[in-house]
Amino acid sequence: MPAPDVLIHARGLAKKFGDAVAVAGIDFDLRRGEAFGFLGPNGAGKSSTMRMIGCVSPPSGGELSILGLDPVADGPAIRARLGVVPQEDTLDVELTVRENLLIYGRYFGLPRDVIAERTARLLEFVQLADRAGDQVEPLSGGMKRRLTIARSLINDPEILLLDEPTTGLDPQARHAVWDRLYRLKQRGVTLVLTTHYMDEAEQLCDRLMVMDRGMIAAEGSPRELIERYSTPEVLELRFDPAEHQQAAEKLAELAPQRAAEMGSSPPGLGPAQLADAPAERMEVLADRVLLYTQNGDTALAAVRGLGLEPLTSLVRRSTLEDVFLRLTGRRLED
Amino acid sequence: MSRALAIREFRFWLTNYRRTWRGSIYSSVLNPVLYLGAMGLGLGALVDRHGAGGLGTRSLGGVSYLVFLAPGLLAAGAMQTAMGESTYPVLGSVKWLKTYQAAAATPLRPADIFHGHLLFTVMRLAMNSVIFVAVMAAFGAVRSPGVLAAVPVAVLTGLAFAAPVEAYAVSRTKDQSFAMLFRFGMIPLFLFSGTFFPVSQLPGWVRPAAYATPLWQGVALCRSLSLGTATLGGALLHVTYLILLAAAGIAAGHRTYRRRLYV
Repeated sequence: MPAPDVLIHARGLAKKFGDAVAVAGIDFDLRRGEAFGFLGPNGAGKSSTMRMIGCVSPPSGGELSILGLDPVADGPAIRARLGVVPQEDTLDVELTVRENLLIYGRYFGLPRDVIAERTARLLEFVQLADRAGDQVEPLSGGMKRRLTIARSLINDPEILLLDEPTTGLDPQARHAVWDRLYRLKQRGVTLVLTTHYMDEAEQLCDRLMVMDRGMIAAEGSPRELIERYSTPEVLELRFDPAEHQQAAEKLAELAPQRAAEMGSSPPGLGPAQLADAPAERMEVLADRVLLYTQNGDTALAAVRGLGLEPLTSLVRRSTLEDVFLRLTGRRLED
Repeated sequence: MSRALAIREFRFWLTNYRRTWRGSIYSSVLNPVLYLGAMGLGLGALVDRHGAGGLGTRSLGGVSYLVFLAPGLLAAGAMQTAMGESTYPVLGSVKWLKTYQAAAATPLRPADIFHGHLLFTVMRLAMNSVIFVAVMAAFGAVRSPGVLAAVPVAVLTGLAFAAPVEAYAVSRTKDQSFAMLFRFGMIPLFLFSGTFFPVSQLPGWVRPAAYATPLWQGVALCRSLSLGTATLGGALLHVTYLILLAAAGIAAGHRTYRRRLYV
């Protein structure tokens, strides 16, 4: 029996489409007031998980309870208490902004006066009050997304589900959406979102589940994940494409753990030596080499000490992208 | 609970319809006027003149072509309305606009969404059938007050098409299927189910096929009600057939809507 503040409880949750496994048995608990994110590339099983939580996709296996109810038997009762922002807009573009909220409020069986009062407040909140009487069709992508968010709040939901809330938006529109979601989070609305943008996950989520191929690769706060799976700094190096491979081989000397992982660790190389090495780990990408290090400048000096001169070099802090790369060997947005 | 939830989807369609109802009323009036004018009066004059002393009007049941044709068109029109409402609007809702998915994220279940849409289709059928009968009366094409009972029969005929076609439409991924359905389903039925001429005019070997079509059931019953020749037994048979077809379509729709919306 999950603790009373657990709103969503999943054990061994699985989803199969024929022989294809979308979600391969995952466990998680989501607590009231959390901003919880599923981070992973396309095809990781994030949307399938979201659809199961949204009670529009029956699980193929495992346990799932939402607000203490069974999503298969109590779908309507659960959905009455959820707000959903789907990946693709499902607005009625032929109706006006206000009519979209009216229709949606009616779907939840709300009386007209309640809908009218909430519509005014929600359109104010998503900065669309001046467009209330306009048709939806000509609105920009960012406005439609904000309207979808307003619509998802019409029933005053206990949990707000957002499936890739800013995919396809330009940077300015994304920031506007993030700002609104951040305000909801501050008010204590429980958010569950999926994203393949690490900056979105970092900005909005208290706790993250890194998903890959239908499984959970890691779980924790963005800070914890970075501390656990990456180094404080990353040195990014770009070489002439002709020299890229050779440079990468030479750089392996600076990152003994990389060598250790590859099974060619020189005997007698203990953790002390690993810590002393200029870089703890190295990732060779198609166009760049990443050195994971305590201190980027020291590592860069060591690179130059090897007689290598990169075309460009950049020292930056570790991000969730680095965590993902470490955990899966792949990049998020590939 | 189920009925209340379906009403919410019905209201959605009603809200949508508020933008287009004027145009739709024009065509609901214009269609019967054009058909009864051109076919009933224009072509009818020719039929009646040649049939005056001979076989013509006898095989029409001893009435003018206009009087024969009008109730057939009432049923055939209901089929066309049903096909229109249950093909593109359904696929549009699930594929292009995704308003079905929007509704599925609320307390509504796939069956509620289906019932709500079907209810709206029934409303459109009722509107069109009432208008049609009024135009019929204005043309003097009614022989019996029984024509009032032809309104629910036309609605039922439409429903017998709408339910299975909506069930089918929601499972489609492309709208090409509809062109096939119109070309090989609706148009042959429209032409050969006794609307424009009695099925007895068809070669003997095709007649059973014509009698087996749902449109003929609707045409025959609407016609007998309009002419005042309906019998209780015959009416029960036609109505039972149409109800069974509608029920089968509704049962199929429960499966196809769930399968499409609960992936």
